[in-house]
Amino acid sequence: MALPLLRTRGRQRMDWTDWLSYAYLAAGLLTMFAPIVWLVMSSLKTESAISQFPPSFLPFSQKTVQVEGFEQPLPLYLVTDDKGVQRAMGQVRRIGIMSTMVNPEQPQETLQVNIKDRKPVNTLQFAWTNYTDLFGKFQFGRFLWNSVFITVAATLLTLLVNSMAAFALSKYRFTGQKWVFLLIIGTLMIPPTIVLVPLFLVINSAGLLNSLWGVILPAIATPTGVFLLRQYMLTIPDELLEAARMDNASEWRIYWRIVLPLSAPALAVLAIFSVMWRWNDFLLPLIVLSRSESFTLQLALNSFQGELHTQWHYLLAMTVITLMPITLVFAFLQKYITTGIAGAGVK
Amino acid sequence: MPQGIPPGVPCSCLHSCKYDDLSASLPAKPQLQTLIPPMRLLAIFFNLFEPLFKFAQRVLGHSRIGWMFVGPNLLVIAVFTFLPIVINVAYALTGGVNLMPAQRPYAGMENFSILLECRDYLDLQTCRKDVFWRALFNTVRFSAIQVVLMVLFSLVTALVLNRKIIGRGFWRGVFFYPVLLSPVVVALIWKWLLQTQGVFNAVLVSAGTGPVEWLTDAQWAFFWTIFVSIWAHMGFYTLILLAGLQAIPKDMYEAAELDAASPWRVLYRITLPLLVPNLIVVLVLALIRAVQIFDEVFVLTGGGPGSATTFIVQFIYQTGFAEQIHLYGLAAAASLLLAAGLVILTLLQLRLTRAEQSGQRAR
Repeated sequence: MALPLLRTRGRQRMDWTDWLSYAYLAAGLLTMFAPIVWLVMSSLKTESAISQFPPSFLPFSQKTVQVEGFEQPLPLYLVTDDKGVQRAMGQVRRIGIMSTMVNPEQPQETLQVNIKDRKPVNTLQFAWTNYTDLFGKFQFGRFLWNSVFITVAATLLTLLVNSMAAFALSKYRFTGQKWVFLLIIGTLMIPPTIVLVPLFLVINSAGLLNSLWGVILPAIATPTGVFLLRQYMLTIPDELLEAARMDNASEWRIYWRIVLPLSAPALAVLAIFSVMWRWNDFLLPLIVLSRSESFTLQLALNSFQGELHTQWHYLLAMTVITLMPITLVFAFLQKYITTGIAGAGVK
Repeated sequence: MPQGIPPGVPCSCLHSCKYDDLSASLPAKPQLQTLIPPMRLLAIFFNLFEPLFKFAQRVLGHSRIGWMFVGPNLLVIAVFTFLPIVINVAYALTGGVNLMPAQRPYAGMENFSILLECRDYLDLQTCRKDVFWRALFNTVRFSAIQVVLMVLFSLVTALVLNRKIIGRGFWRGVFFYPVLLSPVVVALIWKWLLQTQGVFNAVLVSAGTGPVEWLTDAQWAFFWTIFVSIWAHMGFYTLILLAGLQAIPKDMYEAAELDAASPWRVLYRITLPLLVPNLIVVLVLALIRAVQIFDEVFVLTGGGPGSATTFIVQFIYQTGFAEQIHLYGLAAAASLLLAAGLVILTLLQLRLTRAEQSGQRAR
């Protein structure tokens, strides 16, 4: 089993170890992506199709037919009568194993058939309404806006605050500098899970409970960001700064006109990370935001799935929308994310 | 502080990672021309601070101005990280249900004894807070199983990805993609697959066996929490191990090939020994994060059935926030115990890393 893993690269012909590797990769592809594909397909099913068991892969749903004299459209079935003739008929009602069917062309003519003798007429139907309905219902627009606002505001503030700190730590020598750096990096060791209760108190005392700022502010001083930016700024030659000082530039100006633009690549990596952290954040919003009008998408998803009668067709559509931005970031910026993680050992 | 940084990463680990590689492969500078209108806005924004910093520069002098730059960052850390640590101790030592620490009666070690006291330590039913012990037990069991499987699967995946395969970037992406998904999304994807009317049961029914209650059967629910957390995070550890594998010098393998060493021997004598530093990082990071497992499981099973998948962080959350009476003191005490556990794990990592480094020097 482990043999194929042992050999390193450099082979020309496919041998059985290569086949085994590809088999492993194919199994991985199935395990990692099939659940997501299934989610997307399910999110396109109509409410009735989604509760069907066994489920179908494609979003099939039963055709309905409008028959004169009936208010609601009737589900359409293919009925085989005792003479062996097949006809498409609407079902009026079903009692036990017998159904009352009606011919759409002759609404007065009804027929009693065994449910075994009728088959539902299915068509491929993509229920885009699952998505479009969201915006009219459950304040979905509000949740989306909250998530976007938190993500954008927090990312901008993170970039500003972290780059200022990184600038101080890489371009100045002041007493206590080493301790400041250790202090900032040390916060890596204090996960929010262990200061949950007092964090709640601090946010509450600051009057930030149920405010989006209560989620944004506590996490803008990321140690990862300071570290990443400091390492990058160290590579910027000090002569550039000295030249600017000769021209009488203030320190603040040196920071934002010289060092910041030159750090753009590292800032981009931090921005990508920050967007992912904030968009996916759950525990902090969970304790800070308890009113539904300040919910983020993650909180909304959590609260809907906990309801007694989960409306899966809406829930799944909302899940797909929630994973969409991250998927786009991944599709276009995968290289930077993976090198960033491999380089810093942080996620 | 949701930045998802594996907490407890000591600086030594961070320093040992290669930053030269990072800066070399960063995205190119964006074209300035395309950014001109937002640039103007930025310039206006930054100019607002000019007078303040000019004044500070005059007062503080040239080198101490550094404090002005590091100030906002320190302020945020002080208010939202270090202050809470102090308050946490205050909570843990006081009782009652009042949120304001000043109005809480001093209770000494009462909260800790409520959590830890049992009449008979062999029978969890006799503990004063048996849910805490249950959560503790679940967390230990979960971490032990999950971490071993996590390291194993990410090692195998990294070894496969390190081979000469077609489309390595694509395959790496396949395993990495779930890492970026939010825990809520991950949980909902799997909840949808595993529900009674879900696709797993459809397959079982069509194969002739009855449906299984994946998430309401205690044993199965526990299995799925482990499976789903590995599914979601494996790509991250695979990436760290892959970076380690690619750093192994090629000539090592060429030398082994000349000696006609068997593939097994190459694995045990070259690959694994040289991968040990990365394996330690992966092991400890995985452990530190497994101990803090919360979000995915909270959404997937809600801690149930019963308390079968209730872990320590969920216990803290429920005690402090979700239940009718908010027992902040108890929650704070539990989180201090969790912190103690994390400190031990971090020290363990430091020790392992140091032992490994000195071992390398000896060799």
